[in-house]
Amino acid sequence: MRPERGSGPSAASTGTRERALRARGGRPPWILVLPALVGVAFLVLPMVGLLVRAPWSTLGGRLLQPQVLSALWLSLSTATVATGLCLLLGVPLAWSLARTDFPGRRLVRALVTVPLVMPPVVGGVALLLALGRNGLLGRYLDAWFGITLPFTPAAVVLAQVFVAMPFLVISVEGALRGADRRYEEAAATLGASRTAVFTRVTLPMVLPGIGAGAVLCWARALGEFGATITFAGNFPGTTQTMPLAVYVAMQRDPEAAIVLSLVLLLVCLAVLATLRERWTNV
Amino acid sequence: MRERPSRSQRPRRSRPFRTYLPRALRRAAPGRSRARPCRAFGVLRMTDPGSSHVRRVRASRLAVLLVSGSLALTACAQDTGSEEGSGGRLTVFAAASLTDVFTDLAERFEAEHPGVEVVLNFAGSSDLALQINSGAPADVFAPADTATMDRVAEGEGLDADWAAEHGDWGVVFATNTLRIAVPPDNPAGVGALSDLADEDRTVALCAQQVPCGAVATEVLDAAGLEVVPDTYEEDVRAVLTKVELGEVDAGLVYATDVMSAEGRVEGIAFPEAAEAANDYPIGVVSGAPESDLAAAWVELVRSPEGTEVLTDAGFTVP
Repeated sequence: MRPERGSGPSAASTGTRERALRARGGRPPWILVLPALVGVAFLVLPMVGLLVRAPWSTLGGRLLQPQVLSALWLSLSTATVATGLCLLLGVPLAWSLARTDFPGRRLVRALVTVPLVMPPVVGGVALLLALGRNGLLGRYLDAWFGITLPFTPAAVVLAQVFVAMPFLVISVEGALRGADRRYEEAAATLGASRTAVFTRVTLPMVLPGIGAGAVLCWARALGEFGATITFAGNFPGTTQTMPLAVYVAMQRDPEAAIVLSLVLLLVCLAVLATLRERWTNV
Repeated sequence: MRERPSRSQRPRRSRPFRTYLPRALRRAAPGRSRARPCRAFGVLRMTDPGSSHVRRVRASRLAVLLVSGSLALTACAQDTGSEEGSGGRLTVFAAASLTDVFTDLAERFEAEHPGVEVVLNFAGSSDLALQINSGAPADVFAPADTATMDRVAEGEGLDADWAAEHGDWGVVFATNTLRIAVPPDNPAGVGALSDLADEDRTVALCAQQVPCGAVATEVLDAAGLEVVPDTYEEDVRAVLTKVELGEVDAGLVYATDVMSAEGRVEGIAFPEAAEAANDYPIGVVSGAPESDLAAAWVELVRSPEGTEVLTDAGFTVP
């Protein structure tokens, strides 16, 4: 959302213009509609496949198994904590990339995207080599504080932060670059400190971007599989998130795997739909 | 449609997939190398030259997920049937964990039978069984467990003459028992299976849904031990990786895995391992295009020479 939309007269004029455009444009052009329909069908079709194959008669019994509930709870809680951590670290990082000029900034920006292109399993191995019991940093955590990360829920969160943070950083950086800097400059000329400019002007301006980034980040964390199973292992109740439970179930009982996938999908959709609703109403 | 001269020489057998395949897939791949029946297998086999289990998992996952892929595999396998003037082409379908052993034995077999080409097809056992039961012209089938062999014996069936001599369900030629794998120098001082039950030690086991996990559960139950691991890994390779990196103090893996990771992990044999093991059966498939060569292959595998290769790889020969 651009800031000028918030001010009274321009918001009204935007509304009229949109209405005029809609009336004059008539039907949307097929050259856009057709690919869009194909796109939706391609995204929805696999989900329909899941729904068709789902064992509806035994669904209730399978859902209420304690293992399913604990995996679901673990997934939701770790993904949420991971998103929080990503916000805490990612927003300042995105701000540094968009608003400051420091040597090696381009390199840092490229490095931020590394987890995006790295296969998650490789990411998991990399995390083990860095934070594992014998890892670069991990061995000192173990020797000095007695902290070992692998096979704990904390490792699940770290794996998720590793793979999901780039989504947040890229979204927020894009929002910051798109935001009008004149508002920040105006605030600065009126005597606001840099911190005040950030919290009172920049942050509210890019809030929708941060929200979108956080949603992407949360969704990515929720679906995280490769890095989690490699770095955090797989133990029911401790590190077995939904995607891991789905994978393990797939080995012997594909129907159970389908049920678990459906649960994860429905919960995701419900959460995202609720959030979306709230944003558009704001 | 162009006449295919070799078709009349092929064994009569239902080939349901064949008719649906594009011509490019139906044509026999020219210039094939011995251990790589077609390019699709070459790709699968190259995923990780050092680890048979990763290959098996990749191969099975791919085959399950990509229907078209498995059609292509079947097509490639079908094109490896006998052709005139080639001196015979023996097609062996074997579990991925046999890759090293059978590749070695294939060289010996070709040396003993000049003009014969051995085509090896390695994949997950159940995928291979599915292919054979769908009409893929395998001469020999060697899966990693007896249950999979039973599926082929009940489906496509084993060669009647061969079975009359050796049994309707194939013969077990090797077993793979479990070992405790520990990082080099064994930092946690693990010496026996009961040490795994110690809560202070970090332990990795395979998930009970995968074969190595099932065997581990059986062994631990037989020993009366209750081991709560820190992680149930998705396959035996993942357990091995955790041990190699020193993230766990011990894990249960197959003896062949310890051999393949020699130097990076230490293996500890334990008496309870005899309680459960993976049996590797072998058999000549019914309607095998080269049933005589197939029988000779089984003989080689069970010969002292074959036994030596198997034991070097970590298998136990019954």
